[in-house]
Amino acid sequence: MTSPAAREPGLSGKGPRKSHAELEAALAQKTGPRVLPVREGLAELFPWGGLRRGGTVAVRGSAALLLSLLAEASAHGSWVAVVGLPDLGIVAAAELGIAVDRLALVPRPGVDLPAVVAALLDGFDLVAMSVDRVGDAHARRLSARARNRGAVLLPFGGSWPGADIELTCARGRWSGLGVGHGHLSARQVDVLARGRGAAARPSRAPFTLQGGSPHAALTALPFEHKFEQASPSRSHLS
Amino acid sequence: MTRLLVLWCPDWPVVAATAAAGLAVGTPAVVVSANRVVAVNAPARTEGVQQAMRRREAQGRCPDIAVLPDDPDRDARLFEPVAAAVEELAVGVEVVGPGVVAVPARGPAGYFGTEAAAAERLIDQVAARAGAESLVGIADGLFAATLAARRGLVVEAGRSAEFLAPLGVHELAGGTGAADRAELVDLLRRLGIRTLGAFAALDPVDVTSRFGADAGHAHRLARGLEQRPPSRRRPPVDLSVTHTPDPPIDRVDAAAFAARGLGERFHAGLAVHGLACTRLAIHASTGNGEELSRVWRCAEPLTPTGIADRVRWQLDGWLRGSRRPSAGITVLRLEPQEMVDGHALQLGLWQGGHDEQAERAARAMVHVQGLLGPEGVLTPVLAGGRGPADQVTLVPWGDERTPAAPPARPWPGRLPTPSPATVPQRPVVVSVVDRDGAEVGVTGRFVLSGQPDEVTIAGAVRRVVAWAGPWPADERWWELGAGRRRARLQVLLAEKSEQDSQEALLLVRENEKWSVEGVYD
Repeated sequence: MTSPAAREPGLSGKGPRKSHAELEAALAQKTGPRVLPVREGLAELFPWGGLRRGGTVAVRGSAALLLSLLAEASAHGSWVAVVGLPDLGIVAAAELGIAVDRLALVPRPGVDLPAVVAALLDGFDLVAMSVDRVGDAHARRLSARARNRGAVLLPFGGSWPGADIELTCARGRWSGLGVGHGHLSARQVDVLARGRGAAARPSRAPFTLQGGSPHAALTALPFEHKFEQASPSRSHLS
Repeated sequence: MTRLLVLWCPDWPVVAATAAAGLAVGTPAVVVSANRVVAVNAPARTEGVQQAMRRREAQGRCPDIAVLPDDPDRDARLFEPVAAAVEELAVGVEVVGPGVVAVPARGPAGYFGTEAAAAERLIDQVAARAGAESLVGIADGLFAATLAARRGLVVEAGRSAEFLAPLGVHELAGGTGAADRAELVDLLRRLGIRTLGAFAALDPVDVTSRFGADAGHAHRLARGLEQRPPSRRRPPVDLSVTHTPDPPIDRVDAAAFAARGLGERFHAGLAVHGLACTRLAIHASTGNGEELSRVWRCAEPLTPTGIADRVRWQLDGWLRGSRRPSAGITVLRLEPQEMVDGHALQLGLWQGGHDEQAERAARAMVHVQGLLGPEGVLTPVLAGGRGPADQVTLVPWGDERTPAAPPARPWPGRLPTPSPATVPQRPVVVSVVDRDGAEVGVTGRFVLSGQPDEVTIAGAVRRVVAWAGPWPADERWWELGAGRRRARLQVLLAEKSEQDSQEALLLVRENEKWSVEGVYD
């Protein structure tokens, strides 16, 4: 067992100066981790391996992608706020792993949207918001606020001038649904990331957005063709 | 069963009567009703005077005895200072009858450390404030607690029945405020049932059927059960606080300053009564006679800072909001709409270990409620249901999180996972046609009239590559006007190009119309 004295020099002023990593670790103890975790498969899109506190991550085109980004941090105890997105599917959010008891919704902020987001950035780790009706000046101010407060701002649905990184979905392919049978069960997408600074190089990663393993989901069901030619009146009964 | 603390003033009618007559302490005295002694004080007792004696007999044993008339009103009136003295230290005081008060033991016991310490404090308090001697007993249930008070005992939780068992059946008749059970007691004695334990051992059904309903109540008491829950006495004091700012508040910084002082005053006013506020109404009137008010609900009792924050946020919201009043605020009033007993607060103060993140988030949400109103911030609760929208109940932050329908039941017809990530608030009407261009319908037996081939959304025609359904949902048909018959269909629309994503929709047919209920985006 290490005696307290043996560890002491690192902390006293006389010892060697603390490395950057040590400082980060010390900071993390005070304010929580600097990088909030994201689901496996999405992490490689971020140069920091997750959602960096103080950052702005814009998401376009897929609400499920937004929810997937929030899920891991929410499951690890972070509080999530969603502003101005009344259409968000809460059941899907819960299925993707968001803890709904730590989820706050402000569906209709109206003209107060910037003020509401600013207030929520004070208390929440993750704030997702609609980009509708937010001017450039407000957008930059909110990104600066997020940086200041150590929260992550996730504008959804359009371009955002102050975004560190922007994620979009492409080549989304569903499996599990046949013609008159089965049900939507899994979705494979390509997630595209491009940004500035450390994230300037565009990257692309295949990702199972919803459902089980891509292998099982991508394989066509063996009996799928049996009913293809079945009469319309029978197919719905299967 | 509630654990009650009962404070009993021995020989209260005599104590009250001697005090009202202005007799010296130590004078032997009796209270007499219908020529019979109903209460005796200690000096008279040492002379051999006993309850139920004739007046003449009592006077015979003690010639200089003071004979005082019976007056329940006087007893009750003089008892009020005692009740008030108890209320200063404990909340939820119930006056059982003149001479006996009951309070829930949890609050004072938590506050003073132990039940014995609380009992001691109460006895001292009553002696100091009301000048009355008292005994305190603590037990589960009013009956056991009253008997414990006669003996000055603290009966451990859950052992009331054991405590009662060896006591004589005559205790059933002696309870203050209880029905006259002398006849029952006499009957039981003649039957050879001499202790409460023996009476309790009888079958409750037999007791009720043989001796009637009142004996049934008495039997419940003998078993150590509650005859009825005590009704709490609420202090009828006006606890609202009014502030008249001069000059009128029209700036946010002035509002913040006013809020702090007001919050502290309000909280102190409640704390004196051992209460804490969980619903706070903030009223403001402006120089032009506008009246503004809003009620704040809180999950936990408000602290002075919590009250000050809410007042500040509310004023902030009013002064900065779109419906800004036309003049400065001249009167500001805080009114408690719902209060909880001190024990909630007393315990909360010392044991309220809280997650720091949750507290920060809660403050942010309350701040937003100040801007948008309490309904502005919602938290979802998963509920039971078939459609994606039915499975969520949105509750304003601070309200109790109860789902509209129990989620754990089987919901036949519920769609399999995954659920749509977008659920439009207003359904988007679409048309679904089959290969021949005829509208696809659903029959009364939930059978599709054709295979969906194309879907037209907002004028754009999209080809269907895969589909499944219908999932029937025939809900609440038993309730007039609330019944809904719906059929749901999943469709997968063809991608526009190799790089494009496939679009999957959840369509629902109701009243002969298809609409988009969910988008799997």
